[in-house]
Amino acid sequence: MTFFLILLIVVLLGVTFWQLSNFLAITFGNSDNSQVANNADNQKQGKFMLYFVLFLYALMAFCFIEYYSYFLPAASSEHGVDYDRLMQISVVLIMFVQILTQGFLHFFAYKYKGKKDQKATYYADNNTLEMIWTIIPVITLAGLILYGLYTWTTIMNIDEDDEDALIVELYAYQFGWRARYAGNDNELGKANVRFIEGVNTLGVDKSDNYAMDDIITSELHLPVNKRVIFKMRSQDVLHSAYMPFFRAQMNVVPGMITEFSYIPTQTTEEIRLSDFMVEKVETINNIRRDKSKLLLAKGEEALEPYEFDYYLLCNKICGASHFNMQMKIVVESESDFKNWISEQKTFKQVVSN
Amino acid sequence: MSAEHHHHKETFITKYIFSEDHKMIAKQYLITGLLMGIIGIAMSLLFRLQIAWPEQSFAIFEVLLGKWAPEGVMDPNVYLALVTIHGTIMVFFVLTAGLSGTFSNLLIPLQIGARDMASGFLNMVSYWLFFLSSIIMVLSLFVEAGPAAAGWTIYPPLSALPQAMPGSGLGMTLWLVSMAIFIASSLIGSLNYVVTVLNLRTEGMSMSRLPLTIWTFFVTAIIGVISFPVLLSAALLLIMDRSFGTSFFLSDIFIQGEVLHNQGGSPVLFEHLFWFLGHPEVYIVLLPALGITSEVIATNARKPIFGYRAMVISIIAIAFLSTIVWGHHMFVSGMNPFLGSVFTFTTLLIAIPSAVKSFNYITTLWKGNLQFNPAMLFSIGLVSTFITGGLTGIILGDSTLDINVHDTYFVVAHFHLVMGISALYGLFAGVYHWFPKMFGRMLNKNLGYVHFWITAIGAYGVFFPMHFVGMAGLPRRYYTYTNFPYFDDLADTNVLITLFALLTASAQLVFLYNFFHSMFYGKVASKNPWKSNTLEWTTPVEHVHGNWPGELPKVYRWAYDYSKTDNDGNYIIEGQDFTPQTFPMKDNEEILHH
Repeated sequence: MTFFLILLIVVLLGVTFWQLSNFLAITFGNSDNSQVANNADNQKQGKFMLYFVLFLYALMAFCFIEYYSYFLPAASSEHGVDYDRLMQISVVLIMFVQILTQGFLHFFAYKYKGKKDQKATYYADNNTLEMIWTIIPVITLAGLILYGLYTWTTIMNIDEDDEDALIVELYAYQFGWRARYAGNDNELGKANVRFIEGVNTLGVDKSDNYAMDDIITSELHLPVNKRVIFKMRSQDVLHSAYMPFFRAQMNVVPGMITEFSYIPTQTTEEIRLSDFMVEKVETINNIRRDKSKLLLAKGEEALEPYEFDYYLLCNKICGASHFNMQMKIVVESESDFKNWISEQKTFKQVVSN
Repeated sequence: MSAEHHHHKETFITKYIFSEDHKMIAKQYLITGLLMGIIGIAMSLLFRLQIAWPEQSFAIFEVLLGKWAPEGVMDPNVYLALVTIHGTIMVFFVLTAGLSGTFSNLLIPLQIGARDMASGFLNMVSYWLFFLSSIIMVLSLFVEAGPAAAGWTIYPPLSALPQAMPGSGLGMTLWLVSMAIFIASSLIGSLNYVVTVLNLRTEGMSMSRLPLTIWTFFVTAIIGVISFPVLLSAALLLIMDRSFGTSFFLSDIFIQGEVLHNQGGSPVLFEHLFWFLGHPEVYIVLLPALGITSEVIATNARKPIFGYRAMVISIIAIAFLSTIVWGHHMFVSGMNPFLGSVFTFTTLLIAIPSAVKSFNYITTLWKGNLQFNPAMLFSIGLVSTFITGGLTGIILGDSTLDINVHDTYFVVAHFHLVMGISALYGLFAGVYHWFPKMFGRMLNKNLGYVHFWITAIGAYGVFFPMHFVGMAGLPRRYYTYTNFPYFDDLADTNVLITLFALLTASAQLVFLYNFFHSMFYGKVASKNPWKSNTLEWTTPVEHVHGNWPGELPKVYRWAYDYSKTDNDGNYIIEGQDFTPQTFPMKDNEEILHH
């Protein structure tokens, strides 16, 4: 039965397209059946080229206006300020070139659409022109490369000997995250997946003295305005620690320790109160309210109202629940952070229980 | 070798199946590629439905996916399998084999004036290996635990360990076997193309007179020969890790409650090996499309392609640079950040020849007499999407900026425009332009116009808004984003994108109808319907083995003498604005190009 239904649909589609081709030939007034573009076609398609670039401009304008709120809020990390500036410069530059070149391309297509008795100009090459459009991109790109590399080096040069920096291990597994703080000695104990046993889920080396004061948590708390150095370790497959609000991302690779470092500059409280986030959360809660109405009508539970929290998410395909591998990040004042961490169990307390 | 030698008796099998004739092999490649394309695009629609309405169940899921979508709710593993196989099929089977395989085969002998490929037998072997690998890839969809699902980049350990995901069992083995055969096919094909271009050019067809199509096929084949073996070695090492207990890519792994014995390997090594092919692959896909565009734009603008020599230099520069930029896929992989700096530099360099090519296309339109055949529309469309997609590459190629948009929908939007849509447009332009040469009939132009405009609007409708979804930090390959309320306001946009995707896909039905209907009932083509200069249009409409019934043609000029006039201001050949390559130079005519 299904087979015949499919067959019927295919046949009907075929008839539709056949009729469509006849209909088009009449509406386009080009039923000469040469199937080569004639004068009438060139006029029409040339005009469509012009309409199309207008459509493209409208689409771009629509996206920038309508989706402006999709851009992430100003970075909550120190290096993120440079990141955002570089991004803005790049986007402006790209859109400028985009508008210009698309305009030329489609406008020329419109302007030089074929006409009877129109002669094309034989114009094979011009070295000056080629030089111009080689050199202009060279200079622009050189600027972008230099600025980009300067920022890149600043971000990626991690000062391992920085005594003031907070050392945190990010531990990834299918499908979750753990944070391990280095404790009072600010030195992480050795660890390897071979030591995983019972409550020692991160495989911390019990014989290592540095390990005993380590603190393992399922939320990532960070003191504001203090450098944090992440040492990342994976238990099974590749993961990626993506912290979009801090402009931070690094893959987590089994068999090696990867690193990333930044200074958070805005507490969770502060960003919640920012204009951007107030508006964003309101929009989201409106959407959730509408959804909840539908859910309640179906006899299901309503969605909880949303409150913003920083998050870390997995951004390297890692298996079935990849889409839900996240960890909450809390940025707070130094004193709040100290209070919080003092309430957490040390590794020693965990294993001795 | 004269044509008569080829006139031996042909049976159905030697003519249509195990054919050694490059024109038949081209058609085989095209039709196989199109069929694979239907599968690949259908898959994208399924996962787009899932992304747009993540909480809804669809009856169509259960019809097509059976036990993997109980009551119409897609299983997360199947979602990953769909994106994986969609990527694999579109990149390798449609845009590498379907595009390059089809047009390299069709055009290399015809445009250089050769009777056939250097080795017709190897050419046939190349196609049948491709066919075999397609069959294996399709069969892998029916494996009990599902096909490969670790993403088309199949990074280990995910792809290496069946414990990590069901798709990494037999499905991944079949994927690897299929790709190994595909690579063998591609290598045999590429070597054949290189040898043919170097050795079998007809008298007068110097390298500097080659049409740009041939230049791109030639250079593409060289990149393929350089980079595909590296993927083959990566695949072989992965097979060793999976089946024979080696540790090339595995180390310190605890999974499903047990520690694996593997030690000392690194997944980063795999990433290097993969992208050493993976990035050149972008150009393996794209360069032939650009070559086709060059030919189609020049012919339909009735003008020489602007800056032929700059174009050739750009093609070679892109090819060279493409082999030293792979690391830009790995800025946040954990490799040494210094390498990131080097790869940023080489990556942004590649923007320069790409910019030169784009400006040259635009200048070719200037003061032309544009004939808007469907092929021309697709070629202009290609230049447009190539620019849009290429520009965002400036963001992704910059290691700093990549940090926050890496693996988000911004990347998906970027590469779909710059290599997916652009290369597909190249494929369509090629089909519309050379359909008369392949099948001796014309495609319906009005259906072609409908096909182009819906596709053009739909493709931008899909991929332009997608950049903004990526800017919000939405990761790709997420089965659903409903676990992050922050993404709730992206839902409408994801619906919009899916609607545009459905629209675009429906336009492809128009194309398929046009293709298969015109193959049998289309208007019979004339010998040179587009009034083109190149040699393929000097062959008879009815295919003959050996291409030219008599002597091979002699070449006296380059391929782009459109609208050329002699010193007296008259067209070189009276009454026509084109001068075939076989037409000797006149006394009162000068060479006006470099």
